[in-house]
Amino acid sequence: MTSPASGTAHPAIELRGISKAFGAVQANKDISIRVMPGTIHGIIGENGAGKSTLMSILYGFYKADAGEIFINGTKTLIPDSQAAIAAGIGMVFQHFKLVENFTVLENVVLGAEDSGLLRPSLARARRELKSLAEEYELNVDPDALIEDIGVGMQQRVEILKALYRKADILILDEPTGVLTPAEADQLFRILGRLKDEGKTIILITHKLREIMEITETVSVMRRGEMTATVKTAETSPPELAELMVGRKVLLRVDKKPATPGANVLEVRDLKVTDDKGVRRLKGISFDVRAGEILGIAGVAGNGQSELLEVLGGYEKASGTILLNGELIDLTGKHSDGQSRRHRGIAHVPEDRQREGLIMDYMAWENAIFGYHHEPEYQKSRLFMDNAAIREAAAAKMGRFDVRPPDPKLSAKNFSGGNQQKIVLAREIERNPDLLLIGQPTRGVDIGAIEFIHQQIVALRDQGKAILLVSVELDEILSLSDRIAVMFDGQIMGERLPGETDAKELGLLMAGMTGEAA
Amino acid sequence: MQKMPQWADVVLIPLISLILAAVLSGLVILAIGENPITALTIMIDGAMGSKYAWGYTLYYATNFIFTGLAVSVAFHARMFNIGGEGQATLGGLGVALCCLYLPWPHWSLAILGAIVASAAFGAFWALIPAWLQAKRGSHIVITTIMFNFIAAALLNYLLVSVLKPVGSMEPATGKFPEPTHLPNFAEMLAPLGISFSRGAPANVSFIIAILACFAVWALIWKTRLGYEIRAFGHSESAAKYAGISPTKIILISMSISGALAGMMALNNVMGEAERLVLNATEGAGFIGIAVALMGRSHPLGIFLAALLFGVLYQGGAILSQDTSIPVQIVLVIQALVIMFTGALDNMVRMPLEKVFLAFNRSSAKPTTKPTAAE
Repeated sequence: MTSPASGTAHPAIELRGISKAFGAVQANKDISIRVMPGTIHGIIGENGAGKSTLMSILYGFYKADAGEIFINGTKTLIPDSQAAIAAGIGMVFQHFKLVENFTVLENVVLGAEDSGLLRPSLARARRELKSLAEEYELNVDPDALIEDIGVGMQQRVEILKALYRKADILILDEPTGVLTPAEADQLFRILGRLKDEGKTIILITHKLREIMEITETVSVMRRGEMTATVKTAETSPPELAELMVGRKVLLRVDKKPATPGANVLEVRDLKVTDDKGVRRLKGISFDVRAGEILGIAGVAGNGQSELLEVLGGYEKASGTILLNGELIDLTGKHSDGQSRRHRGIAHVPEDRQREGLIMDYMAWENAIFGYHHEPEYQKSRLFMDNAAIREAAAAKMGRFDVRPPDPKLSAKNFSGGNQQKIVLAREIERNPDLLLIGQPTRGVDIGAIEFIHQQIVALRDQGKAILLVSVELDEILSLSDRIAVMFDGQIMGERLPGETDAKELGLLMAGMTGEAA
Repeated sequence: MQKMPQWADVVLIPLISLILAAVLSGLVILAIGENPITALTIMIDGAMGSKYAWGYTLYYATNFIFTGLAVSVAFHARMFNIGGEGQATLGGLGVALCCLYLPWPHWSLAILGAIVASAAFGAFWALIPAWLQAKRGSHIVITTIMFNFIAAALLNYLLVSVLKPVGSMEPATGKFPEPTHLPNFAEMLAPLGISFSRGAPANVSFIIAILACFAVWALIWKTRLGYEIRAFGHSESAAKYAGISPTKIILISMSISGALAGMMALNNVMGEAERLVLNATEGAGFIGIAVALMGRSHPLGIFLAALLFGVLYQGGAILSQDTSIPVQIVLVIQALVIMFTGALDNMVRMPLEKVFLAFNRSSAKPTTKPTAAE
């Protein structure tokens, strides 16, 4: 370990000429980077730019095809994650790797036990956690079960796990994806504290705001290459966005004011209880009018998914839903997805890989998924008209700029953005009265985000009703004509985008109403 | 991204698996002091060397086509139906009842009746585990294998206590009446002026099996039902999103699977034995799993894999008959082929994928270099 007093400024981490290919895909191309000790270094790039691959190499999950890693000035080989931990590297993954029914303490110790007997390790860990908590203001109840504590707390446990393993270098992969703005602020305070104590932090994100807020230097990756490393203070969001995408991008959505018409969707006292008896929706009511976008903001897991599932016809619910003034069947024979599609509800689901697409189906097969009962796709009672479907799919892919426009390619071979365009094309081209759209740009590159946003606004301008669910506050703020905030299965309030800001919405997302705060 | 070209998946992997099984089998034969080359020659000659041999090989293959198709249809819905044995047993019961108790004027009508009966009985036997899976969450692998035992016990009871002709000492039904006897290859080919071995059991149900291959192909890739079955098999969550009912797909795909397994009885019960005996299926229901795996759940692949297993069965029988190689060793050889082509698929696949990846990379480099220099 280098002591801060030694003065020799070796970078905490230096990567030289790292390359890694997966088959024909060059995930990392000759990447060099120097991260100075005691700093927060951001790595930003679109999905698929190679950020995660690079960090996986650093953490020993992948072996680089070429290149060298230096830790504190010494060349280090990192063949596996044990070696990374030994070298003082800790990683906080996007998806936490915690055992749900273990306590915080047990999770911290897991894999770092001193001996076969658990008790001495737990006792040592308890002392250690206490001092870590004092040192970094990382307060967590060591005896709480993981399943009982919030996401923000779980993330702290992940950080504690790394610190318990004596990490000096902390890598955080998209740490704010699941946090409320307030929780994210808290995380940033903790990171700041860690930095002050001499830890080195690498923050991987695709959110420009976070980079600007807490990093000192930022490296931009594009298509496997490191396009630039700049001082954060000397750059700006538009410049970073341009470096990420390789061209100028519109960060704001260009749209005219809405001209809403009659109510298309009326939801009253909607309640959902899941298989385990947990109440997911606790009686929510709202309207969506023709020609407007209602944005549902909220931290993931507060009932938004269930709302979409009920409206899309694959979750049972009680309450009343009217579409164009007519009752919708919520539990009976016509409560399935096919019936919903017939009534004019189209649905772009939150998770296109699990729901919206069959990844092993070719694009043309996906282009009718859910609508495969429609008469125009049938040759006879039994057989589908595959040739006609292929032809129609090719035309749709052209109109929605899906690349490559090859209907015979499997869905899994398209990029996230192009997969989303296939789903979007399918749903929008049915000319629905109501479009449900969940996380429209999750895992989608910036270039495609623009296109998708334009399509949504265009549909609104045709007088369709749109229900937008997103965990990206920026997206909600820039697309919506009205915003409803969900927390714990309830709607905490409705706001107009021009009359609110991220801070107020963030409080609502955390369950605090404006008056109380 | 494609890891391997499709021809490697469809042709190369089964071929390498087969060669590995052959090499290992050869070592086993060497170990007991016999000559593997001679053994191989005897096997191949015994399975394909004469019309008589082909008559047996195709008879076995017919069984395997039916059970292989059965497993594959369930596979497409990601249901692992290992109850082909029981479903084929029940199919045999259906055929026996149909042939014994209905007055058929001619085999051409009798076979239609038998198709319906065998399919219905087989489907029924698959439908119960399917219902338990769909409604109660009982795992289909457990229930279908249990139903094999229940089917065997049921048949045992029926043959011993109910269906056995009065005065017979054997747990078997009486001989089916003459008009239900299916023509074998010799009788089928005689009008065309082609002579075929009269003693070989291959019969007209081989044609039904081929028709079944086409029917399954059309069902899976050309119909709306097949589209839904495959969609459900690939992703249950996506199927729910699309409004495809899991219950419906499980029940229907398992019924079709059971019906195909049941139809095997056309061959072994109606075509060959012409009566129902105990253990008539002889393990063909299980071979169907290996056939479906090796055939990549595609009817053409299943047809070819069934032929291969037909060769293996007939050749193995001749091998134990004509040499001093004991029948147990023949079983070992058959088991090795099943193991390598079915269960150990990944053992061959993973290294092969690596080879293809490495090959792609080295062949990609020279093509990118010149463009970069331009």
